[in-house]
Amino acid sequence: MVNYYVRRTARVFVTIFGVMSLTFGLIRLLPGGPFTLLRTQLLQQGIPPEQVNQQIRNLQNVRPDAPLWQQYIDYMISAVQLDLGTSIQYSRPVTEVVAQAAPWTIFIVVASTILMFVFGILLGAIQAYWEGSKFDTIASSLSIVGMSIPFYVAAILLLLFVSYRWGLLPASGTANPNIENHWSLDYAISVVLHGALPILSYTIVGIGGQALAMRGNSIQVLGEDFVEVARLRGLSDGRIATRYVARNAILPMYTGFLLLLGFRLGGTVILEQIFNYPGLGLYLLDAVNSNDYPMMMGTFLVITVALVIGVYVADLTYSMIDPRISSGDSSEAY
Amino acid sequence: MIPVKHTESDASTEGLDWQTESTGADMTRGDRIREFYERSIYEPAVVAWADMRTRVGLLMLSVYLAITAVAVFGLWREPSSSQAPRLLGMFENWSYPLGTTSAGVDLTAELVHATPDIMLMVLAGGVWATGLAVLVGTVAGYKGGRVDRVLMSISDFFMAIPGLPLVIILAITFSPENPIFVGVILTINYWAGLGRSLRSQVLTIREDSYVEASRTMGTSTFRILRKDVIPNLMPYVTVNFVFAARYTIFASVGLFFLGVLPYSQPTWGVTLARAQENGALFVPEAAHWLIAPMIFIVGLALALILMGQGLDRVFNPRVRTRMAGESESTAEEDETITGGTL
Repeated sequence: MVNYYVRRTARVFVTIFGVMSLTFGLIRLLPGGPFTLLRTQLLQQGIPPEQVNQQIRNLQNVRPDAPLWQQYIDYMISAVQLDLGTSIQYSRPVTEVVAQAAPWTIFIVVASTILMFVFGILLGAIQAYWEGSKFDTIASSLSIVGMSIPFYVAAILLLLFVSYRWGLLPASGTANPNIENHWSLDYAISVVLHGALPILSYTIVGIGGQALAMRGNSIQVLGEDFVEVARLRGLSDGRIATRYVARNAILPMYTGFLLLLGFRLGGTVILEQIFNYPGLGLYLLDAVNSNDYPMMMGTFLVITVALVIGVYVADLTYSMIDPRISSGDSSEAY
Repeated sequence: MIPVKHTESDASTEGLDWQTESTGADMTRGDRIREFYERSIYEPAVVAWADMRTRVGLLMLSVYLAITAVAVFGLWREPSSSQAPRLLGMFENWSYPLGTTSAGVDLTAELVHATPDIMLMVLAGGVWATGLAVLVGTVAGYKGGRVDRVLMSISDFFMAIPGLPLVIILAITFSPENPIFVGVILTINYWAGLGRSLRSQVLTIREDSYVEASRTMGTSTFRILRKDVIPNLMPYVTVNFVFAARYTIFASVGLFFLGVLPYSQPTWGVTLARAQENGALFVPEAAHWLIAPMIFIVGLALALILMGQGLDRVFNPRVRTRMAGESESTAEEDETITGGTL
């Protein structure tokens, strides 16, 4: 049991190390080398080469004239010390910009994923309970339609109608700029209103898939012998529904939940662009468009590390609710 | 390919070559062709057609194939600016059914001529992602040991990387123009999750008695994988092929919309992006410019999902046996829903 946690924790570090190496490799791969353009520009301005090298070193934490392995080690050491270089366009440390942007992205992703999960599970459970009813048929059809709508299509439609046509919710930003940025009720309300459309577009298209999965699992569990035995033992309906059916039906959806988290964290690049919502995704795209390599690699690294840690935490909590997962090597089968 | 039927008698003899061959020897060639036709084409078609979802899905997919043909054979005009009145709404003028852009481009022409590339992209993404997943999943699950550990570490690593940001960085590194290459890049790490779930399927199939029988008889590993293991994975593979294809459309349109992928001719995502740039969100007369590409995107995704659910019926051995009336199994049909909501 301890063994599982040790292995799982080790995997987190191995993965993060791998992703850091990958970002370093990608910087080398980028066409023409990331700093060729900058270097020529600086040299043309008449800045002496030593100073140019110093500047580039500050930007990326690598000595541009050192051998590749030396650059790699420099890069890794400073990344471990949470120094991701300096953004070219903002002239600020990447870590600082990222720290400002990350909470907004996490807010959107976590809020929408929880909402989608809760509503999907409730809907699926009701459908399974009244399997074959008219409600079930309609809900299933709507779920399939929902699954075929990409979230950005939902986002554009919401923006088009809710925001521009009817003027119900704000179209961009994280909060009303006229309200001072500190913890007050007005500010909190403004944050929720500004986050509503991004969260909603992520949520509504995802509910269908979750509902279908929950419906399928519940129907399967309802047919199992142990549910019948529980009925014969005279257990209350509430206990059967929550302890026997719901628990066994939700657990298999867990793997999908993890994948979902990843898709959504990545998907914020599109979502935040549509709503001009200054989270990690918007900064990543901004950096890509302005060739701000330190910024680009920094945001990419942070998004990935956030995902790795999120999955890790979810994995640990999962082993708490499902006793099977920690019982030795059986976990390897999933 | 048709999965092994899971009736009791079939399952235990499936791997025994001499038995199938001895029955095969009694049949004439015509009989065998007829049997192949019935088992592989006629029966699945009947099962598939019996399901409403497949029927609708097939119908919708054939519409897209027809659109592809229209574009390939040049049956609809090419898009070019000032070829039509500006900002015509949908169905206002039947020469331009989906309306026109603010530059006077026929939207129908733009969307129709983008379809062949999208179809190619989707096919490439689906084939690459599921093909690699089958390869990794079966080898890891069947071989076990060190091979398994290495392959699973690799797929864990790829699963840990958020797909879209990775694709964005790769897209600016390689600037892929070829639709097949775009499809492969978009699903560069999509195979990993599927590979992992296929592996866990293989782990259970490996222990089944007919596979064990083949192994005891000294059948080569490759033959066991081809004859016994992969056919049983087909339900997962077909359904997940459809999901990979759906992911490819969503991701490609999304990245063309962001302007990250380079383009030499418009795709659905580019149309969407241009509509947004030209203020179609605020100008009520231009709303159709956003809606038209959305119809194309959602329609194709819907067709694929419906097909996937219908195909699940065809390839799912339990459902098939029930349909053929060979078993009174009341097992519930699996609703294999995986993947994300991209």
